Amino acid sequence: MTLTQENLSELREIAARYPEARSGLLPMLHLVQSIEGRITPEGIEVCAEILDISAAEVSGVATFYTMYKRRPVGDYHVGVCTNTLCAVMGGDAIFDKLKCHLDVGNDETTEDGKITLEHVECNAACDYAPVMMVNWEFMDNMTPESAVELVDDLREGKEVRSTRGPRIVTWREAERVLAGFPDDLADEGPAAGPASLVGLEIARENGWTAPEAGQEESK
Amino acid sequence: MTDTLTPVLTDNWGDERAWTLAAYEARGGYRALDKAFAMAPDAVIEEVKESGLRGRGGAGFPTGMKWGFIPQDNPKPKYLVVNADESEPGTCKDIPLMMASPHTLVEGVIISSYAIRANKAFIYIRGEVLHVIRRVQRAVQEAYLAGHLGTNIHGSGYDLDIVVHAGAGAYICGEETALLEGLEGRRGQPRLRPPFPAVAGLYASPTVINNVESIASVPSIIANGRGWFSSMGTEKSKGYGIFSLSGHVQKPGQYEAPLGITLRTLIDLAGGIREGHELKFWTPGGSSTPLLTAEHLDVPLDFEGVGAAGSMLGTRALQIFDDSTCVVRAVLRWTEFYKHESCGKCTPCREGTWWLVQVLAALEKGEGTEEDLDLLLDQCDNILGRSFCALADGAVSPVASSIQYFRDEYIAHLTQGGCPFDPARSTAWAGQEVTA
Ligand SMILES: Cc1cc2nc3c(=O)[nH]c(=O)nc-3n(C[C@H](O)[C@H](O)[C@H](O)COP(=O)(O)O)c2cc1C
Ligand code: SF4
Ligand code: FES
Repeated sequence: MTLTQENLSELREIAARYPEARSGLLPMLHLVQSIEGRITPEGIEVCAEILDISAAEVSGVATFYTMYKRRPVGDYHVGVCTNTLCAVMGGDAIFDKLKCHLDVGNDETTEDGKITLEHVECNAACDYAPVMMVNWEFMDNMTPESAVELVDDLREGKEVRSTRGPRIVTWREAERVLAGFPDDLADEGPAAGPASLVGLEIARENGWTAPEAGQEESK
Repeated sequence: MTDTLTPVLTDNWGDERAWTLAAYEARGGYRALDKAFAMAPDAVIEEVKESGLRGRGGAGFPTGMKWGFIPQDNPKPKYLVVNADESEPGTCKDIPLMMASPHTLVEGVIISSYAIRANKAFIYIRGEVLHVIRRVQRAVQEAYLAGHLGTNIHGSGYDLDIVVHAGAGAYICGEETALLEGLEGRRGQPRLRPPFPAVAGLYASPTVINNVESIASVPSIIANGRGWFSSMGTEKSKGYGIFSLSGHVQKPGQYEAPLGITLRTLIDLAGGIREGHELKFWTPGGSSTPLLTAEHLDVPLDFEGVGAAGSMLGTRALQIFDDSTCVVRAVLRWTEFYKHESCGKCTPCREGTWWLVQVLAALEKGEGTEEDLDLLLDQCDNILGRSFCALADGAVSPVASSIQYFRDEYIAHLTQGGCPFDPARSTAWAGQEVTA
């Protein structure tokens, strides 16, 4: 694939958000993935040219960060958290089940090009363990059964919703948002999942609040 | 007496469409801004200093003092950078905060930037949280349209722009100088200090880097006053904080309480440990803080209390493991994480974490000898304090503390020729098929 004029102008637009253009590199690489489905040599060249740095420098950055992929990613990047807390709570079992069900290994894509399976590190959702991520949307409190159902639905093209977010978009569409070009899904999904609210609910039941302002001022 | 739980940051999370500007303003949002603009910037710094707020990103450095380090006579632009990289295993408070109430953060960014006289602020969010990024992007856009951002904000003559920046997957970018490298479009490898970011940070300009929760606490301090904030918490650890319980408790989740609450109280609130099990070990502030055990249930969870117990308050990431969990398996997994996330810049960390994994992996399979435990401790000694940044210090925490408290369990792996635990018993769905 060749990058279009529009692609190039969007890449320049990212660089222009920052006092120094090079700061745009991380989001620019997200945009490259959104256009190309991975980090391509051409994408690297173009970023280097826009930022006036060497392709080797861009390549060095692209290989440092785990979200950048050299091999094509499927429509759905399916992550299973196998950091300790999730692993213990069942993430290891879920990951094993999916490898077997999809017949792929870690960081591999199914033959139909739909799903790339990867184990991921703690995604800041431990209170919803075991956690999965589809195109970096939260899928909370998973089981091996719900995980299999999830990937089957994705492969069959059924609409899937994040447990704390919107309907799942494709990996490329997601990468575009990460590049700083928002879609219109911010208002979908709840403000908070159930676990985020447990402390608040207990406080409400007991009438517990922070002190009223001004009460302590006299001290 | 302060109440047991004190929702401030979490108070609006249950509101209908809490993330929108309309919902935030309906409960008084963006009013602290006018109060701040009526104060001189130095007076805002003073207020935050006197409130006793200490950084919520792990190290607990006094926030107002950090702001005071910005050399105002330096002609270069000043920057505020919000650390929203939240990747420390167990830490899960900033992400729900930004998802539910991104405007709390945005208002905090405006007041904090005003205080340090920055006209440009960056929110560096880890890339792996798409919907959170959407919500923050939208909040910033709404704030511009409402005149809370841009030029001459609220007629104050003060200008501010915010850039929302998505990272790309690297735990080390939570370390503040590595974050700056990432934000400058480079590999995320920590910088030598000094110079400290306050003097030469982003683009070699004076820069304040603060955690999401630190910055989000600022509007409430300005709105309610230093005395209000410092009336909560303990002598040297003031205010409220979000405590994140995960793992083997009945109700994992976010509990916002004055600093100094104990794990015993929190576990009680969370409905206890899983039915039929007992607490075995826990992390007070993420995997980089040494493990604690049931002996430490009554330790006050403030900076001093947890420090005195031999660990660190860190990010109040309370990962709870019951007696079904193999500590060797848990520690091996964390160590694999540190090995994977080591940025490779310095030898003790890059090589040391690799060696720790080799030895631990063998032990977990029941291979090796008891001397390997001393070898592990020796390796820890060679890493701790000899590496370039705190990632490596964090890496040795689970290893050294687990040997301190659970030496026998390591040895049991050797005598039994493998792991004595059944991993199925520790899963979220275990026990559903078991009748006690
Ligand atoms: C390996 C490593 C990872 C870190 N990750 C984070 C993080 O994700 N979020 C954060 O706020 N601070 C993190 N920190 C701490 C930051 O370096 C810094 O102390 C903090 O952002 C300062 O903000 P505060 O004073 O408001 O806490 C990390 C530190 C290290 C060494
Ligand atoms: S301690 Fe580890 S993460 Fe930190 S600079 Fe050294 S190699 Fe990099
Ligand atoms: S360990 Fe899985 S989300 Fe934290």
